[in-house]
Amino acid sequence: MKYNWNWNVVLCRSECAQPYFDWILSGLGWTLVVSVMAWLIAFSVGSVVGVAKTAENRGLRLVAKGYVELFRNIPLLVQMFLWFYVVPELLPKVAGHFLKRELPLPEYWTAIVCLGLYHASRTAEQVRAGIEAIPRGQTLAALALGLTRGQVYRYVLLPVSYRIIVPPLTSDFMGIFKNSSVALTIGVLELTAQSRQIAEYTFNIFEIFTVATVLYMLVTLIVVTVMRYVEKKVRIPGTIAMGGS
Amino acid sequence: MIEIQDVSKWFGDFRVLSNCSTHVAKGEVVVICGPSGSGKSTLIKCINGLESFQEGVITVNGISVGAEGTNLPKLRASIGMVFQNFELFPHMTIAENVCLAQLKVLNRSRAEAEERAAQLLNRVGLSNQAAKHPAQLSGGQQQRVAIARALAMDPIAMLFDEPTSALDPEMINEVLDVMVALAQEGMTMMVVTHEMGFARKVADRVVFMDEGRIEEDARTEEFFGAPRGERAQMFLSKILSH
Repeated sequence: MKYNWNWNVVLCRSECAQPYFDWILSGLGWTLVVSVMAWLIAFSVGSVVGVAKTAENRGLRLVAKGYVELFRNIPLLVQMFLWFYVVPELLPKVAGHFLKRELPLPEYWTAIVCLGLYHASRTAEQVRAGIEAIPRGQTLAALALGLTRGQVYRYVLLPVSYRIIVPPLTSDFMGIFKNSSVALTIGVLELTAQSRQIAEYTFNIFEIFTVATVLYMLVTLIVVTVMRYVEKKVRIPGTIAMGGS
Repeated sequence: MIEIQDVSKWFGDFRVLSNCSTHVAKGEVVVICGPSGSGKSTLIKCINGLESFQEGVITVNGISVGAEGTNLPKLRASIGMVFQNFELFPHMTIAENVCLAQLKVLNRSRAEAEERAAQLLNRVGLSNQAAKHPAQLSGGQQQRVAIARALAMDPIAMLFDEPTSALDPEMINEVLDVMVALAQEGMTMMVVTHEMGFARKVADRVVFMDEGRIEEDARTEEFFGAPRGERAQMFLSKILSH
């Protein structure tokens, strides 16, 4: 194959017909913003749902189980469309109107919420597994000291379970960055969308997608490095692997 | 102080406790012994509501444990409990383990809690380990921390659930020494254990359980001198023969 590489395209600011370099930067920025905000939702909602899955109350457990099954079993792409096109129609008129007409950047908010709630179902399962990996005696000992159920979770079960699940949480955090590319289907101009746009303007498909690939890998590499550091930082002195007593 | 009346408990169809009745007076030390699966641990966990029971009444200082509306956290905070597997919280230092419930349950100030922790760790001979984590300590040390953690709540009584069963033989005595000292100071104690030497030394009464029933409930000297029941005699002859 003979191909004339033209890397200038990805570095253009004012020299080209369009500032492609700025487009890439802006795309990367939105990828980061959407992913990090979605992760915040995933982590908080996932923690609550994960805890609910281990609750004594049967009703609470059922609701949590329903949440996980619902969000985990529908393809992300379908969920994206449902949130963007269907949910506003199902809501009361005022709310639907707000989402469609008044909310600035509706596609961005939709993508963040959709991605966050989808990944929350996965985080929930990890949090549940982490809590269940802790011997029951720990809960009994904490209760015996007079702590309430909530305090047992807050001070004993969650701090230990988060430490246990750092590795799966890492892969899921990386997954959010990669899955954020699905948001282009509802019009979010993140990295993949900007790359496609540049490809359509310039036909330099190879260059632009090479850049996109490298940028995605760089981002996930940073996530892995940061999470490794976190894992090391929170490791409990005297233990090699977590769990058990 | 602790009254157990006609307590029965089922796990599904299986009856783990059958009409158990006994009592512990203030300052009394009662040892519960018996073969594995006889319901000793289950009974002692019923006292602070860690296990539920279907029939009977348990009162601690006049408060009914099983009754609806009993403030269980408050009740538990007043009874110390020590477990077979220590159950220190692995992510906290030794000092933090002893402080946690003081801060979150008794709402003591940090300075106050730390002072009490230092005092109790000194008492169990572990002041120099305060900054370590549980996994860095031996089993005997961990169990002494667990005792300190329970004492930090200034409990009116202490429950021990096989406190030395998970320990290496050479560490058993360091834990028993702490318990003996506690008993001699007049702490109200209920101890599930197979350490008959400990029972002989400090127990006021010995309760012998078998298959969920209290078979014998006698003063220590009577129990070791002449146990009435055949099952208790057999048990004693087996564990005292070496």
